Amino acid sequence: MNILVCLKQTFDTEERITIEDGQISDDGVEFVINPYDEYAVEEAIRLRDEHGGEVTVITVGPDRAEQALRTAMAMGADKGIIVDDEDLEDADEYSIAKVLAAVIDDLEYDIILGGYMAVDDGSAQVGPRLAELLEIPHISTITKLTVDGDKVEVEKDVEGDTETIESKLPILVTAQQGLNEPRYPSLPGIMKAKKKPLEQLDIDDLDLDEDELEGKTKVLETFLPPEKEAGKILEGELEDQVKELVGLLRNEAKVI
Amino acid sequence: MAENTITKGGSYLLEEHSLEDVFTPEDFTEEHKMIGKTTEDFAFDQVQPVLEEIENHNFDHTVKLLKQAGELGLLGADVPEAYGGLGLDKISSTLITEKIAVARSFALSHGAHVGIGSLPIVFFGNKEQKEKYLPGLASGEKLAAYALTEPGSGSDALGAKTVAKLSDDGKYYLLSGEKQWITNSAFADVFVVYAKVDGEKFTAFIVEKDFPGVSTGPEEKKMGIKGSSTRTLILDEAKVPVENVLGEVGKGHKIAFNILNIGRYKLGVGCVGSSKRAIEISAKYANERNQFKTPIAKFPLIQEKLATMAAKTYALESAIYRTGGFFEKGLSHLDDAEGAEAANAIAEYALECSITKVFGSEVLSHVVDEGVQIHGGYGFMQEYEIENMYRDARINRIFEGTNEINRLLIPATLMRKTMKGELPFMEKASGLQEELLMMMPTLSDEEPAPLEKEAELIDHAKKIFLMTAGLAVEKYQMELEKQQEILRDLADIAIEIFAMESAYLRTKKAMEKDGQEKAQAKIDLTTAYVYEAFPRIEKAAKHTLSSMEEGDTLRTQLSILKKLTRFDPINEVSLKRAIAKRVLEAERFVV
Repeated sequence: MNILVCLKQTFDTEERITIEDGQISDDGVEFVINPYDEYAVEEAIRLRDEHGGEVTVITVGPDRAEQALRTAMAMGADKGIIVDDEDLEDADEYSIAKVLAAVIDDLEYDIILGGYMAVDDGSAQVGPRLAELLEIPHISTITKLTVDGDKVEVEKDVEGDTETIESKLPILVTAQQGLNEPRYPSLPGIMKAKKKPLEQLDIDDLDLDEDELEGKTKVLETFLPPEKEAGKILEGELEDQVKELVGLLRNEAKVI
Repeated sequence: MAENTITKGGSYLLEEHSLEDVFTPEDFTEEHKMIGKTTEDFAFDQVQPVLEEIENHNFDHTVKLLKQAGELGLLGADVPEAYGGLGLDKISSTLITEKIAVARSFALSHGAHVGIGSLPIVFFGNKEQKEKYLPGLASGEKLAAYALTEPGSGSDALGAKTVAKLSDDGKYYLLSGEKQWITNSAFADVFVVYAKVDGEKFTAFIVEKDFPGVSTGPEEKKMGIKGSSTRTLILDEAKVPVENVLGEVGKGHKIAFNILNIGRYKLGVGCVGSSKRAIEISAKYANERNQFKTPIAKFPLIQEKLATMAAKTYALESAIYRTGGFFEKGLSHLDDAEGAEAANAIAEYALECSITKVFGSEVLSHVVDEGVQIHGGYGFMQEYEIENMYRDARINRIFEGTNEINRLLIPATLMRKTMKGELPFMEKASGLQEELLMMMPTLSDEEPAPLEKEAELIDHAKKIFLMTAGLAVEKYQMELEKQQEILRDLADIAIEIFAMESAYLRTKKAMEKDGQEKAQAKIDLTTAYVYEAFPRIEKAAKHTLSSMEEGDTLRTQLSILKKLTRFDPINEVSLKRAIAKRVLEAERFVV
């Protein structure tokens, strides 16, 4: 079984976000595999171990994103492909899906996995967009996956209930928390990852036109949410409290 | 690796080490970082949740977690690949030790297994012994312990009373005696035990727990590290096959002392991990805790504490990885070395091992003490991690050779190396007096370049050491070993020099690589440490000089000391506030 995993390198979820000159600063920041993509990597390795075949991890990003691929390979993925994003200007989900589709067009695959969203931009678009471009079905936010022959059965959370869906390979699925417990890269895995093949591509290698890849959206402004201020506890008679609350909502919070 | 690139142990006192010869955390490879992360994730996600049960002596968790650690490769770093391990470099195994430290008691079980438990076989076992024991030890299928201490012999390890007697058929040694405070004893399968053959020849044995005559006593009740198993190992005519003699009969001290050396280094490594953790939880607490409607992190006295904790930790971390680099160069080519060769390679850095042990344990003592203080009353409550860390830290100044013993060892090792002609201590020391008398203080109105002044202070500190040690040797000669106060002072100076210089060289290396601006945090930490440590050097030198000489001679020497210790104070207040700001923003130790 040929298994592809699309992943993104993101800030460690414990990092603090700081903005410098209107942009998010990545100075001294620790990077990790986007946690939802990590579920996808784990699931891919389990599928491979059960059905045989190969796991290829793919990312679009700067040089440092290679480290995310190495981590995935240390967990057990067999090879990696990184597409340099240096030529991509104003890239958004549209552009990334296009690039991934171009990479994947040249590959054989039975199933494609990814996280349902990246914890940085949080758009949850790249998976579905990619499936559309490849003209294959997709199921998002899965919590269980079973593959039997070309039959695929998944479970996903729906408003507190579980929905079971059947489909067929080839398919793209995106992972939700609960799908599995990702393994740690073991030390032997880490040492082996060094020697696994990692292909570096740029936009030219994919016969893509830079203009075609320009994003459909533009970031106008980046700012931090306002700092949370101390709460207020109203005191006194109930009636006075209500009056004060209404006054505050009207004059201070200006929501009514 | 070419022989000439190997740095001589103790040589830092007599010469300048070049930046290329100094390993720093900034030299970690991607693999090193990944190994560190796997270890850290394992400690936080798998060990911490059950730590409380482990502290209540539920050792099933410990055994299970050690097996899990084995599957991840966390037990096999120092075991050669040929024997089921990973044969990783010494920096990797150092990182594992550092990162697992946050698992507290469990870290001790892990350390006793991979360190003093397994390493005697790694370095001193013969082929059959390695084949028989190492694969199981690397996988965690078998767990190891180290049995040296006895009720009557702690620091005086060679005073052991346990005896070994060859059986009449010549096939077994019968071991009798009691080994005390044996870490991992509740569940260890293999013990490295020291006993005297015929009551004389100090010898190491590999003893399996199932050998007839082997048993353990009840669990000890301890002040800290309550979750590590500590029992007595009772040997009652324990039947140990002759092929289980480790190394040679009568040469056990070579194994014991060198394993102690490594153990001391690893203890210092663990102190790096624990110190960083204490800074992290204290910084978080300071940001969260409000008094007078203000987070206590805003108070300069809290900031000053965090800054000092960070500066000490920086010096320690630098000293540790510098030593790790020495070991990597000295030991990496000895993958399947003969015991004697390994012993020599380890012994080369005995002085640095003692330094990292003493310095590490005392930095950690300071850091957890201030950590408790930052936590205020909550720091005294058991449900707070810092309370545990405070109790756990105390043993570090005691085991693996008390800090007093290790202090005595530092000048003693230097003298031994000098006698053997390995270090030119005497040449350097003689003639120095004259040079110092002629020395004129360098005074300049120009603003010094970053770390220029610190480099000068370190150079002066080395001169102070040479002068003081030289005078002490001259005066007491072979009787010097009885002057413990002087030896202690000399050790303190030697330790501070190693700490200051390691921080300095690391920062210098980072500045050359990334430029001054990016290295600012490191420059600040180095400056803070050097200006704190230097007066301690002056004090120790004064103390020793005043005990050795009097009258005019003393006055002359003190005037030389004064020349060497003249420096303008810096604004430590603003410096420490800047350091604390970074720590509080990141809520962890950052460089």
